[in-house]
Amino acid sequence: MAAADKVDPVHQFIVNDLIPLGHVADMKLAFQNSSLFMFVAVALIVGFLMIGTKARKLVPGRLQSVVEMLYEFIAGTVRQVLGEEGMKFFPFVFSLFTFILTLNLLGMVPYFFTVTSQIAVTASLSILVIVTVIVVGFVKNGPGFVKLFVPHGVPMVLLPLISLIEVISFFARPVSLSLRLFGNMLAGHIVLKVFAGFIGTLGAMGVFGVIGAIAPFLMTIAITALEFLVAFLQAFVFAVLTCVYLKDALHPHH
Amino acid sequence: MEADAAKLLGAGIACLGMGLAAIGVGNIFGNFLAGALRNPSAAKEQFTNALIGAALAEGLGIFALVIAFLLVL
Repeated sequence: MAAADKVDPVHQFIVNDLIPLGHVADMKLAFQNSSLFMFVAVALIVGFLMIGTKARKLVPGRLQSVVEMLYEFIAGTVRQVLGEEGMKFFPFVFSLFTFILTLNLLGMVPYFFTVTSQIAVTASLSILVIVTVIVVGFVKNGPGFVKLFVPHGVPMVLLPLISLIEVISFFARPVSLSLRLFGNMLAGHIVLKVFAGFIGTLGAMGVFGVIGAIAPFLMTIAITALEFLVAFLQAFVFAVLTCVYLKDALHPHH
Repeated sequence: MEADAAKLLGAGIACLGMGLAAIGVGNIFGNFLAGALRNPSAAKEQFTNALIGAALAEGLGIFALVIAFLLVL
């Protein structure tokens, strides 16, 4: 028991350099396991969508049905939040949703690396979203976009304070967007590894230990099911919040 | 008190935030169920909004957990 490895739930998050790629101005570049899984995710998505839409039957077969359901799910959400004119943002939202969903689900496979549990990855995605929102806002509304921070019908006395609060809450959006996805993935996987570690620790303690190890075993199964739900839900919430922020950019008057 | 001990205590206190987030999430689903029992036909289309609200409320609990992790690890 003393010689057994200590359960280390954080070891799964170590980013390894798979292929070092030299230096760029004092920063080491490498093809890492997180890059590998991003490539795997894109290959899976593109392969799935291409094979699913190859048949092109009017009454779809099974795989084509699944692809059409995925399309319709996100298209319905985009139409509901942004209206028909918002469909020009559909490729962006669809790419975000399927990428994050595939990365989350790949992380559920044992021994695979969870790319979205890295704050660098989720922060990059949310910075992408907020820069898109700001650029779209200024392109569509010109300098009047800052009217977003000045709501209707506020008495003049409160206006500076309310505007300051609105600006702060606008810039809190990318922070919360990235932290939500990162925190959910990180916490979920740590809890999963801790409960799985209990099984091993209890199982090593004789007959009663093995019988007692059934409890963390069942708990691990339950938490794995919860993690699948969370993977799907967090990808969906990221996509929906992207749509909502884009709606704010397109129509800044509240 | 040494900094390390204070950090661990702080991590424990940060986890209290998750209890409050649990109350928030339960609030959302409780109200959804109460409304769904009154108007079952409208419940189906609002379930998506309930999930979005729950994910947003749960997010704040996760922020508290991230602070706890930052302090412990």
